[in-house]
Amino acid sequence: MSQDFKRTRVVITGETKPAMPRHIKLRHDAGRGRWILLAPERLFDPDDTAVSVLKLCDGERTVTEIVDALSKEYNAPIDVISGDVVAMLQELADKGVLVSADTPNA
Amino acid sequence: MNEIVPTPVADPAMPACGRAPIGLLCELTHRCPLQCPYCSNPLDLERVAAELTTAQWQSAMRQAASLGVLQIHLSGGEPTARKDLEDIVKVAAEVGLYTNLITAGVTLTRDRLEKLRDLGLDHVQLSIQDVDPENADRIAAYKGGMAKKIAVAAWVKELGLPLTLNAPIHRQNIHNVPRIIDFAVECGAGRLEIAHIQYYAWALKNRSALMPTKEAFMKTYEIVEEAKERLKGVLVIDFVVPDYYAKYPKPCMGGWGRGIINITPSGKVLPCHAAESLPHLTFDNIKDTPLADIWMRGSAFQMYRGTSWMKEPCRSCDRREIDFGGCRCQAFALTGDAANTDPACSLSSKHAEWAKVADVESHATSPELIYRRIGGAKTTAPADAS
Repeated sequence: MSQDFKRTRVVITGETKPAMPRHIKLRHDAGRGRWILLAPERLFDPDDTAVSVLKLCDGERTVTEIVDALSKEYNAPIDVISGDVVAMLQELADKGVLVSADTPNA
Repeated sequence: MNEIVPTPVADPAMPACGRAPIGLLCELTHRCPLQCPYCSNPLDLERVAAELTTAQWQSAMRQAASLGVLQIHLSGGEPTARKDLEDIVKVAAEVGLYTNLITAGVTLTRDRLEKLRDLGLDHVQLSIQDVDPENADRIAAYKGGMAKKIAVAAWVKELGLPLTLNAPIHRQNIHNVPRIIDFAVECGAGRLEIAHIQYYAWALKNRSALMPTKEAFMKTYEIVEEAKERLKGVLVIDFVVPDYYAKYPKPCMGGWGRGIINITPSGKVLPCHAAESLPHLTFDNIKDTPLADIWMRGSAFQMYRGTSWMKEPCRSCDRREIDFGGCRCQAFALTGDAANTDPACSLSSKHAEWAKVADVESHATSPELIYRRIGGAKTTAPADAS
């Protein structure tokens, strides 16, 4: 292969700027009254927390800033939620739902 | 976060869109340059003259979106054989459907792929027959396919589209599963389907040439499990088991008439792409009847929807809403009654007999492949491919 297209795993740290790639679509499915995440040959049902997290993954905010915003939104201490948020973001990255804005990984 | 699976249709009070199929498989054409002997198309392939028009497919896209379908799979045959693929994708994207192109790639050009992307195509699934070019050519009865597929995979990535590789696995290529995984990583695919073929239609006709031994199958399972862990975050691997070696049957189509709908090239609307193998069913056509009416009330959809059609041992089985008695087409093909338990189930009275078939055939000398072509099911291997 002439060009290197190999993908690398996104490892979530405080500095990562997570983003949903173009082909991942978060939509409210009015007919079924739920949020859905459209992915290649997959559909996911993000719960309310996951939807809040995903809406903050705009490729601009760092994970630290996302945790901070969620801490304010849910009135929860940063040290309590930080671990869970990072674990959720890592799971989403491993499912291909999130990439790092610095190293696009279609 | 869980994967969404088809929703039950049982509650009549629920609005139609809440009971809608989530996926629509569009077999745009049965034409295909490849002649894979495990093709999922029926043995009796539909001719080009019978195919739906552009406007009819566009209407199907609009109807699907109104009904509540979320994803469409543009397949075939080879969907790029339709010159109006762009016109169909354009409407699908406009009405908000997530569009997936399922292609063999060999007739695709970069310009066309770029245009499809610009029109809103979301994802490309590219099939490979093997990583060994000579063996791939032999399996597909098509010369030089591999080089074209490598080019197509690179275009998909250059154009920023997500790539899935689909590798149907069988006795003729099972030894190359590790190389197929490596190839997917090299291509930058985000997903890989290591899909042991399902034995219907052409594959059933070729079963003794395609069935791997249980030992060879188990080895692929171990290889894939190891690779999944090693490639976490790099490559998602989906592993499809041949149900001859499974304990329980697969919930075929996620349950009959529950979440998936299929339109054939001529517009017949099916609960499953193999459903035409059930001779007692009649299928409505989208040319005559709205898609929503067919989904909700079509006789073929109602026939095996839910669990009330079941006989024992399915009827009282705790798993009846997990696997729905397996596959109706397989039950019919192997027992003569589509309402019987799929012999893939260990509770089927035919299970032992059927498991033995796989054991015997997979250890016997492989016969010649019968290639997929119009009228091909009645002939032997083409002269240019043996």
